[in-house]
Amino acid sequence: MSELDEIGFGEEAALLKQQAGRLLAERMPIDRLHAMVAGHDANRSGPPPWDESLWREMVDLGWSALALPESAGGIEMPLTAIAGLMEEIGRAALPGPLLDTLAVSLVLAEVGDTAQPAMTALAGGDAASLAICDRYGAWRAEDLDVEYRDGLLNGRAWHVQELSRVQHFLVAARNGDGLSLFWVDASADGVQLERDDIVDLTRDQGRVVFRNVVAMPLTLQGQSALDAAFPAIWTLLASEMAGASEWLLQTTVEYACTRQQFDRPLGWFQAVKHPLVNLMIKIDETRSLVFEAACAMDDGAEEARDLAHMAKASACDTAAFAANRSVQLHGGIGFTWECFVHVYFKRLLHGRSLWGGAQWHRARLAERVIGPLAA
Amino acid sequence: MSQAQAAFSPEQEDFRTYCRQWLLDNPVGPAPAGMPSGPLEITQSEHMAHLQRWQKKAWEAGLIGCDYPVEYGGQGRQHCQEIANEEMSRAGFPFLPNIVGLGMAAPTILHHASEELKRELLPPIFSGEEIWCQGFSEPGAGSDLANVQATAERKGDKWIINGHKVWTSLAHFSRWMILLARTDRSDKYKGLTYFVAPMFADGITISPLVKITGESGFNEVFFENLEIDDRYRLDEVGTGWQVAMTTLLHERGASGLRTPEVIPQDQGDGGTVDARSLIELARTAQGDGGPAAQDPIYRDRLMQLLIRERAKSAHERRAQVPALQDHPQRLALQNKLLNSELVQDSAALALDMTGSTSTLAQGDANAPDGGLWPYAYMNSFGATIAAGTSEIQRNILGERVLGLPRSK
Repeated sequence: MSELDEIGFGEEAALLKQQAGRLLAERMPIDRLHAMVAGHDANRSGPPPWDESLWREMVDLGWSALALPESAGGIEMPLTAIAGLMEEIGRAALPGPLLDTLAVSLVLAEVGDTAQPAMTALAGGDAASLAICDRYGAWRAEDLDVEYRDGLLNGRAWHVQELSRVQHFLVAARNGDGLSLFWVDASADGVQLERDDIVDLTRDQGRVVFRNVVAMPLTLQGQSALDAAFPAIWTLLASEMAGASEWLLQTTVEYACTRQQFDRPLGWFQAVKHPLVNLMIKIDETRSLVFEAACAMDDGAEEARDLAHMAKASACDTAAFAANRSVQLHGGIGFTWECFVHVYFKRLLHGRSLWGGAQWHRARLAERVIGPLAA
Repeated sequence: MSQAQAAFSPEQEDFRTYCRQWLLDNPVGPAPAGMPSGPLEITQSEHMAHLQRWQKKAWEAGLIGCDYPVEYGGQGRQHCQEIANEEMSRAGFPFLPNIVGLGMAAPTILHHASEELKRELLPPIFSGEEIWCQGFSEPGAGSDLANVQATAERKGDKWIINGHKVWTSLAHFSRWMILLARTDRSDKYKGLTYFVAPMFADGITISPLVKITGESGFNEVFFENLEIDDRYRLDEVGTGWQVAMTTLLHERGASGLRTPEVIPQDQGDGGTVDARSLIELARTAQGDGGPAAQDPIYRDRLMQLLIRERAKSAHERRAQVPALQDHPQRLALQNKLLNSELVQDSAALALDMTGSTSTLAQGDANAPDGGLWPYAYMNSFGATIAAGTSEIQRNILGERVLGLPRSK
């Protein structure tokens, strides 16, 4: 039987998703999350608050090692299963470095033997994040601020996610004409963290500054390792965004069924009903493309990269639409800080621009299916 | 670690092999000239006869009605119709002309008719020997279908039908109609009863309506004291609305029971309306300046359509995984809306990309793709309006799936 004839989401994947949904609903319900990240007590100048003990629990459940090869002490679950978990993470808008640690694992898996020590650290429960972007969020060698010369890293990596919540960074640096990857401890000499002031209340983003940091390349072929890993990373992020969008949909539907105006619930009016249906349709588009992309990656199918671009492009539009409509349809209360909706609104706007927005992904897809744009 | 499970049973795999072989052994010769793009556009008897001949051959070979019980002209298989549909589509088999019979009448008869009627009516639906049409819509009953005013009055063991039906595709070829009529004026919903009406009886006048494309194919049907035997009533008097829901569920492709479908075909002289053909068009189409394929905005719009199109086929895989559903009908009920709006938006983009040449109609020698695109754009409104407008589809999705308050 050909691989295309298989469904690709087995019992273990279903159990993982179910377990995650239950755990997060119990441990991080929205009122608790809101009190933590947006409450009056939240210290808005220090590190953004998160639940580190819940993260430790997730690590103990093996979630942070799901994308690591078995040979490195990981669990090596199919991507379809990991994407299912990420949907639940998104539904809970959970702060923490799971996506980033999974993303780093996926890159390390493309690197080869030199990545063993790094993978061992992750298998042991450490968290890590990608420090690969320039100040505009891109990761092309020629634009990077970080440079490797004479065994030392110097410069600044921008848009690093979960800045102070991880123990290691996977760093991309210019090395001659190419892009090389490095494994750097957050506590290493010469590493300094500068926090960004960001809109999203659930993430911790900033810059990592390198001043004569001693490092050894994991690989000189950094660009190809990143290129090989990114389709899976986009797919996981897209799944997370679909889960967060679904939370906004369900929450807004509930509000539209309760709130009365003109002696009727809001959701009776087609001007409210139809946009909610349109949002459901967009979310389903994203979820199906995520699943299709993950299946293609698990099967090693040629179409996988196209599908990953499609999934992230779709997720970006879905996220923007979900954020927009959920605030609008909540009316006046939706415009307030006390309404929970803004936590998801802000998280989705962040995810939308992370690792390529909708137009960027469609432009890359167009290069693949139509051909390059003439200069 | 593999978590995959088989999607197709050995029976289905064997059946697929059988279908493929039969289709190889029975190549379809060239169609008569001017063959329309789908069953709803058939106007000439010659075209209908050709299509009926092939539907009958496919039925005799067991490719049509295969999931229905043997005593009703089927083969008693399970989940094999979708296989036959895929294989017929892949082989470019002619579309099946009895679309209303196969897609709407057959499942409704199976669920609601007497044993005697099932044995009488179902086999000739599958063989294509008896063509069916649908008598639901009226001038005053479109989106508000329950407002049907055509009356059925009981007279002994007969019913006398009077009224006016519209948008009746295939009426002029039909032997039977599925008919929704009013048996009680005091209750909008419980006053409806469902019949199958013989189109060969006295008391019926059919007059063609011309579509926005200039083609005919659908009709108005007037009943003047048409007499129907009571044995042609489906289910109880006053349950017509519930029976009609069975029909509509199948019409919109949202039922579990797969019926033989209209097979996607080339749109007449041009290509098909899909993202691949739009991309091909973009390589040559010039709106203002260079080819659309080199314009970043058109490239973006093309990719948006490609993504929507690919997501539809991705739905099919995800729909098989209960753990990835929130509501069992959530994907199925989107089917009609997604298909019809995608075709419309695709044709609209083609018009934009072809610029001034988009003014040229079918028949003009200079028209891109033989004038397919303006034709397809105009015709696409048939699909976004018929079988429940896109607005009604959104009400259904909002109410049944999301649980929003009912409009009525």
